[in-house]
Amino acid sequence: MTDLLKLSGVHTHIGRYHILQGIDLAVPEGQVTMLLGRNGAGKTTTLRTIMGLWQASKGEISLAGQRIESLATPDIARLGVGYVPESMAVFSDLTVKENLVLAARDAPLDEKQLDWIFGFFPALRRFWLSRAGSLSGGQKQMLSIARAIVEPRKLLLIDEPTKGLAPAIVMALIECLKEIKRKGATILLVEQNFFAARELGDNVLVMDNGTIVHRGEMAALAADVPLQERLLGLSLETHQ
Amino acid sequence: MTDLAATDPLPKPKRDLAPILLPVALALLMIPLIGSTSSWLTLTVASLAMGMMIFIMASGLTLVFGLMDVLNFGHGAFIAVGAYVATLVLAPFAASIQADSLLANLAVLAPAALLSMAVSGALGLVVERVLILPVYGQHLKQILMTTGGLIVAEQTLYALWGPQIIPMPLPASLRGSFILGDVAIAKYRVLAMLIGLGIFIAIQLVLNRSKLGLLIRAGVENREMVEALGYRIRRLFLGVFMTGSALAGLGGVMWALYREQVHASMSDDLTVLIFIVVIIGGLGSIGGCFIGAILVAMVANYGGFLVPKLALVSNILLMVAILMWRPRGLYAVTSR
Repeated sequence: MTDLLKLSGVHTHIGRYHILQGIDLAVPEGQVTMLLGRNGAGKTTTLRTIMGLWQASKGEISLAGQRIESLATPDIARLGVGYVPESMAVFSDLTVKENLVLAARDAPLDEKQLDWIFGFFPALRRFWLSRAGSLSGGQKQMLSIARAIVEPRKLLLIDEPTKGLAPAIVMALIECLKEIKRKGATILLVEQNFFAARELGDNVLVMDNGTIVHRGEMAALAADVPLQERLLGLSLETHQ
Repeated sequence: MTDLAATDPLPKPKRDLAPILLPVALALLMIPLIGSTSSWLTLTVASLAMGMMIFIMASGLTLVFGLMDVLNFGHGAFIAVGAYVATLVLAPFAASIQADSLLANLAVLAPAALLSMAVSGALGLVVERVLILPVYGQHLKQILMTTGGLIVAEQTLYALWGPQIIPMPLPASLRGSFILGDVAIAKYRVLAMLIGLGIFIAIQLVLNRSKLGLLIRAGVENREMVEALGYRIRRLFLGVFMTGSALAGLGGVMWALYREQVHASMSDDLTVLIFIVVIIGGLGSIGGCFIGAILVAMVANYGGFLVPKLALVSNILLMVAILMWRPRGLYAVTSR
């Protein structure tokens, strides 16, 4: 399995704060890599640095062999990177349709792809012409993910998609992400919900204080309760 | 998750009609207070014409505010420059302007307005690159830079044209009024209303029916996410800034014709009104800006007629009232 995304010795400073302190990670093609860690560990900063929203102050980032750490965010996006931020960042003043039209960039909306998305998220079809600002939190999250998959992307960066959502919606999102995974997508997924991480992840990276402190297979971490407690401060059992 | 069949009818987007009804309600409320129907109609038409001119000048500023988060206190410079540039075309063709032929008048007026827009737009390009680009995200510096730019622009106009007020007479065919019964409606006010309405419709069509418009509306709300979708928003910023500057130039020409004079500091009073319009409309909202401009003009005209002593503070009171009702303006687009 080749690595689609590689970070080598990546540092990121935000103002006077040194957030990422030499990150080395690889995301294999066609797999879901979970990025776990306590609040403030640097997970969101890692995604934002990959996306070019914050510039890496040192280190190399490569996507499919191409160096991207000095590229502007729009150029990184156009290389096939989809980003779902923690805040969801749907455009409230735009309709659901308009949000997806923008996400499709130069291409028209693909009806087949839309039907596939509506299969997971029927609410998006129902509220197709409604302002995104009028959607519920769960529906906004669906729209945010739909925006990232409305066109085929090489890599999806998804930041805590289950955060603050009702359990039923979390389950629906997990099913959706599983389906995206079955279609061969490569995903780097930040998640605090260990249940979701276990369901989705092939590999896992655990961060603490701006560095990677553990890397391995998700199944192995899910089976090792003491390791979960040591790395994350919580075990899978307490999340269920 | 709302699990509904795909065949269910789609709901129509809800419309917030309260701000639209506000000027209508205000106008109707004024009928008994003013007493005379003809005076009320004259004041209402004057308000609509003035409102449209303010809207033209403010529309660019609200997008610049909303999209770029730039406090451009130098917006008035584009208004004055637009008006002065028009004199360059109108003065040599004074005979055509005074000819009693609409075609002859428009043959001079239209190129003058277009040249004003082109020069103001080009000036916008320079201002964005030189004054604003180094201070994106720094409000205090933006205020200092753009205020400094306004002073430089005004003094340059004084140096080039002199300190005197330059007359800018209305074209002959736009003088006078349409008489409807005992009501006289100035021809130029009707033209101003039509141009303002046309520009409002054009902007709304671009914003709501084109991909460019979607990008502008999305960028007003969340610039970062627009970039994360693969769009270069800086180019969009520049385009919007230049368009806003060009519209301010057009507004300057229209205002100068309305007042029949040009002066380097002609925009000083207007700038206050324009900022009030942008704030009460909601930063980045063209619809809010349109309604806000009409409200400001109505308050200025009705207020000036009914309580002249309150004319100076009436629009400040309007702004306070609107912000108490809707703290982010009539139509909140950004979270700012």
